[in-house]
Amino acid sequence: MTYSKWGSTMIDVSREKLVEMYRKMLEIRYFEEKVFELYGQNLVPGTIHLYAGQEAVAVGVCSALRKEDYITSTHRGHGHCIAKGADLKRVMAEILGRKTGYCKGKGGSMHIADFSIGMLGATAVVGAGLPIATGAALSVKLQKTSQVVACFFGDGASNQGTFHESLNMAAIWKLPILFVCENNLYAMGTSQSRVMLIENIADRAAAYGMVGTTIDGNDVLAVYQTAREAVERARKGEGPTLIECKTYRHKGHSRMDPAKYRPKEEVEEWLKKDPIKRFQDRLFEMNVLTEDEKGEIERAVIAEVEEAVKFALESPYPSPEEALEDVYA
Amino acid sequence: MRRISYRDALREALREEMLRDERVFLLGEDIGRYWGGAFKVTKGLAEEFGEERVRDTPISESAIIGVAIGAAITGMRPVAEIMFGDLTALAMDQIANQAAKLRYMFGGQISVPLVIRTPFGGGVNIAAHHSQSLEAWFMHVPGLHVAAPSTPYDAKGLLKTAIRSENPVVFCEHKLLYPVEGEVPEEDYMIPFGTATIRREGTDITIVATLYMVHKALNAAKTLEKEEGINVEVVDPRTLVPLDKKTIIESVKKTGRVVVVSEDCKTAGVTAEISAIIAEEAIDYLDAPIKRVAAMDTPIPFSPPLENFVIPDENRIIRAVKEIV
Ligand SMILES: Cc1ncc(C[n+]2csc(CCOP(=O)(O)OP(=O)(O)O)c2C)c(N)n1
Ligand SMILES: [Mg+2]
Repeated sequence: MTYSKWGSTMIDVSREKLVEMYRKMLEIRYFEEKVFELYGQNLVPGTIHLYAGQEAVAVGVCSALRKEDYITSTHRGHGHCIAKGADLKRVMAEILGRKTGYCKGKGGSMHIADFSIGMLGATAVVGAGLPIATGAALSVKLQKTSQVVACFFGDGASNQGTFHESLNMAAIWKLPILFVCENNLYAMGTSQSRVMLIENIADRAAAYGMVGTTIDGNDVLAVYQTAREAVERARKGEGPTLIECKTYRHKGHSRMDPAKYRPKEEVEEWLKKDPIKRFQDRLFEMNVLTEDEKGEIERAVIAEVEEAVKFALESPYPSPEEALEDVYA
Repeated sequence: MRRISYRDALREALREEMLRDERVFLLGEDIGRYWGGAFKVTKGLAEEFGEERVRDTPISESAIIGVAIGAAITGMRPVAEIMFGDLTALAMDQIANQAAKLRYMFGGQISVPLVIRTPFGGGVNIAAHHSQSLEAWFMHVPGLHVAAPSTPYDAKGLLKTAIRSENPVVFCEHKLLYPVEGEVPEEDYMIPFGTATIRREGTDITIVATLYMVHKALNAAKTLEKEEGINVEVVDPRTLVPLDKKTIIESVKKTGRVVVVSEDCKTAGVTAEISAIIAEEAIDYLDAPIKRVAAMDTPIPFSPPLENFVIPDENRIIRAVKEIV
């Protein structure tokens, strides 16, 4: 069965797909809650940037992609990996610095990659992913495959030169890429309004002759619908799209940031717009999901996350000499 | 004397210089009232001096440095903060091709009184994009000065000198040094660039160490004294450009043995340059080969056992010393 034309968006999507999207969002949420908890127990080295609150963006976009399509990610990247289909066990192991992690413990939370599912990796240099994603799109075009690329980045990153240079290049070469700006209104403690005079980052697309659109990034179906259209256009050779998703991170920027720079009312307002809660309500409304099914999914997801934690905790650390491997091919 | 942290010493230098000279202003990402700098060095300064003089910038490293250069050559004295040393790479054209060369290229018509503060170093498990030690990149560019304070006292004194200098200064800090406390005079003082200091006198061997490695070298020296009866002299150059060759060479002449320690990669790094100078100017005084202790030639890995292996520790310093004493 497929559903069409509901809410504000026009959409054809099977029940299975809707439930799968819901499940992915929950996976990310529970995973991040677990990472936060482990961090509190001193089991996570370094720092963490949690994705909780932004699930609709990664899941909406990745649900419009095929396995062989590419994505690039950022310091706030756990959600992107999971949405693209990464194995929770190996993501968790990497975050905990274990040998069984995706990058053998060399990358950590800010640098997860899984090339087997087209996840081209997370860079922690803000804005550095944009030209790399653009290059992947160029490669796709040169190799005449029908893949597309989705490049995730933040509002803060859109002030880097790489943003402007990459968008322009992608536009003139009509590359098959989605530039997905996750505008969570802040870059660390810096609110968007203090570092740009425009309200919608997608307006910048016009400067490069590119299609740009600003959407509700906490509405997974809106994100999915928009991404699907952009993917279609990209596959047809019609070039890139800048999609700005307005969203909000639930926690502070990184591990110990209490995020005092965000007004309380603003936080409360956004918490009410929790993308998972909203999607869930909609699924209930549409009779796609029952309370029982919801409970079942939750239990399954919790079990999966717990299994990932167990796997990671039981995994060994890499041995010191492994630091010398992988420097050169 | 009063003891304060390295972080507070830096802030004190910034504050005093801003009070002394209206042309001094700060710019960088999240240095203002909402964050106070990623390592809280500038905390409270925006409140005191206002947002005109303590400027939060967009995430635009290249333009941060470029803008600072533009202001510096037209009468201001900017102090730019790059949040992590690794990210100077984004501004490398402005630093190495512009700031360093404008004076020379334009036949000495102008100077570029600019300070770029940035933290280097590992030890906090934040992986390859936030942990490097890149001091040697800047040493390689004629026209730049490179400061590398290892104590709160030096942090304040060198930063003041940097701000009053007519030259562009890359002011290298170290993440693990920010909470380190030490004696710092409340009054104004400056430490001239190119003056090394002897952190510990000794007769058997010289260790030349920079930044956080100074502290590891001092720990190693203590252990060597106690367990091996080896009497180590520790020399801290404090600025890498200009480099106080004289103090280093004199120490080496006295002890006849030297280990050079730095947290940057070994190849073409800080230890390479200092070792070459010693070989050139004092080889006849050496009773043993020069030893180098530096980070392995790898990116900085995330997982603690890997990172600890790559970055030099006391044991590696001790082993190097024992190999030649
Ligand atoms: C080039 C660069 N500059 C600064 C930093 C430090 N930093 C890490 S994340 C961040 C904020 C990024 O904001 P945004 O792009 O909006 O992403 P968000 O954290 O909101 O997901 C900053 C300034 C960095 N990692 N890289
Ligand atoms: Mg942001």
